[in-house]
Amino acid sequence: MEKFIRLDALVAPLDRANVDTDAIIPKQFLKSIHRSGFGPYLFDAWRYLDRGEPGMDCSKRPKNPDFVLNQPRYQGAQILLVRENFGCGSSREHAPWALLDYGFRALIGPSFADIFYNNCFKNGLLPIVLPAEEVDRLFGECEAAPGYRLAIDLPSQSITTPEDRVISFEIDSFRKECLLNGWDDIGLTLRHADEIRRFEEAYRARHPYYFVEESAA
Amino acid sequence: MNAKTLYDKLWDAHLVRQEPDGTALIYIDRHLIHEVTSPQAFEGLRLAGRKPWRTGSIVATADHNVPTDPSETEIRDPISREQVVTLDQNIRAFGALRYFPFHDPRQGIVHVIGPESGATLPGMTVVCGDSHTSTHGAFACLAHGIGTSEVEHVLATQCLIQKKAKNMRVRVDGSLPPGVYAKDVILAIIGRIGTAGGTGHAIEFAGEAIRSLSMEGRMTVCNMAIEAGARVGMVAVDDKTLDYFRDKPLAPKGELWEQAVDYWRTLVSDPEARFDREVVLDAATLKPQVTWGTSPEMVTDIEGRVPDPASFADPVKRDAAERALAYMGLEPGTPIGEIRVDQVFIGSCTNSRIEDLRAAAAVVRGRKKAPNVKRVLVVPGSGLVKKQAEEEGLHRIFIEAGFEWRDPGCSMCLAMNADRLEAGERCASTSNRNFEGRQGAGGRTHLVSPAMAAAAAIAGHFVDVRELLPASV
Repeated sequence: MEKFIRLDALVAPLDRANVDTDAIIPKQFLKSIHRSGFGPYLFDAWRYLDRGEPGMDCSKRPKNPDFVLNQPRYQGAQILLVRENFGCGSSREHAPWALLDYGFRALIGPSFADIFYNNCFKNGLLPIVLPAEEVDRLFGECEAAPGYRLAIDLPSQSITTPEDRVISFEIDSFRKECLLNGWDDIGLTLRHADEIRRFEEAYRARHPYYFVEESAA
Repeated sequence: MNAKTLYDKLWDAHLVRQEPDGTALIYIDRHLIHEVTSPQAFEGLRLAGRKPWRTGSIVATADHNVPTDPSETEIRDPISREQVVTLDQNIRAFGALRYFPFHDPRQGIVHVIGPESGATLPGMTVVCGDSHTSTHGAFACLAHGIGTSEVEHVLATQCLIQKKAKNMRVRVDGSLPPGVYAKDVILAIIGRIGTAGGTGHAIEFAGEAIRSLSMEGRMTVCNMAIEAGARVGMVAVDDKTLDYFRDKPLAPKGELWEQAVDYWRTLVSDPEARFDREVVLDAATLKPQVTWGTSPEMVTDIEGRVPDPASFADPVKRDAAERALAYMGLEPGTPIGEIRVDQVFIGSCTNSRIEDLRAAAAVVRGRKKAPNVKRVLVVPGSGLVKKQAEEEGLHRIFIEAGFEWRDPGCSMCLAMNADRLEAGERCASTSNRNFEGRQGAGGRTHLVSPAMAAAAAIAGHFVDVRELLPASV
């Protein structure tokens, strides 16, 4: 996983609530057996005027000029401002993969759906939760000022606006450490392999009926 | 000892270790796997040179991509086929307790075959790379939908990294009126608390109306906990729970069964247990529900009307309602009963079990599909559900009505296979999500119970199923 320490980047605002993972990456693209290549299909149904299918050359597809990410001023944005309950619905990790593959490294919103929020951290994508009034203010500032950038500093858990306003945010310490170091969860957990094994033995003795294992049919 | 909720008990029983900041490792009993969210996880294992910790915990099936048209014996779409073939190869290479591949008579939707085979048992931690894993909470399981990185993590370590959620109880008191089903209960709950109402919480569904539901009905309710924002939904163990498992193939037998039952009976919240949040609904006031928008919280009942976006005080909600009505092609103030449908879908992990098919058949018996309804798909949740329905003659009722009787799979719930809506088509659907494009690009989904879907197929528009039900039901 790529580390996340600091990011000073252009911001794009996606002004709708309850953006679900079907909208982030529609189901026809879930047939891929790989982790990469989803960026061109991010928000596919909103971004293009035709119906997207896997393998299409997206550079030749008609774009929806009204969709925010198609506006010239937001090209190259790496921070996405979002509304409440972003990432609701399906558990598909293809959603954070698509956001990352497109170029986003951080999301800022008032709330995220649980599974999506968790999936982001597994991939080095930082979802930042701020109070709704603060997010509202950022939407206003971003829309009013072309070229609007934010500077995110994970070690100090702060965001600095172009006017040098500093906004602090919360993040749990384990997730922060993993992002700062680019740590792989599995490697970390396997440090406790002996403890897991001991637990498993005791658990099996207590609940043998969960281990009725027959050969595969 | 402190009084505990059911969630507290399940958490404590599986807690391997906990860091000072609350980050914990939770031991996983059952890992359900399907073809869409697993290939990258197996690939990750392979690249790191790791092996599954406990293959005996794995039960796999192919459900999302499989065709449900009985005449299609192979998967035509080459990309869909590759995903299913990749699952075959991964299970062959890494192993599993059970695998129900495409064409297996017991193949079906992962959340239907888990309980049906006894792979899901009360008190287990169950995970699957699928948000509707909350379904298994109906059996007092701690069941989480997880992402693909977590699928890989569970494969490699048998544990899930979690922080404990807050406790929430949704109590539905009283008894359900005729014509009002489990689906109506959960849609009404979502309408009340919103799609983010349960975020950060594990929900226990309780109260007389929940207790009176069959196990199938409880699965429907827990299935859509995620649509209320909760990763986990649960119902406590009672005699119905135990009876359900008595004859299941993977359930323990003999002395082990007795030992298990002694433990399972403890899987209820203590009377004094405290919940961080509680919501109470009165079952007697519930009516058949119909969604009108593009989020499950955009719901009303069959006597209601499409709302006016101007009636929402919150500008974000007003904006969402405006977009939803534009997408759905609906005018504010339209009575729900005047909305005509083009297709009807009866199926999905929410409503494809035998009881759902019986409820639909009870409405359909002796009637015909309305001429304006182009297609009605009835897609049983598993091969075994299909077999039972045929033994009961339900398939004949559907076929005589002009419905299509299909093979098991996820089908038009998310339209990864060939079953989908065309742009602008409107569907009465027993599935769980009415998101934009969910059932096909440009398709318009209204979520309803199986009985309401069947009634819409007969009438050609939404109609109060209570008026169509035979007096005896």
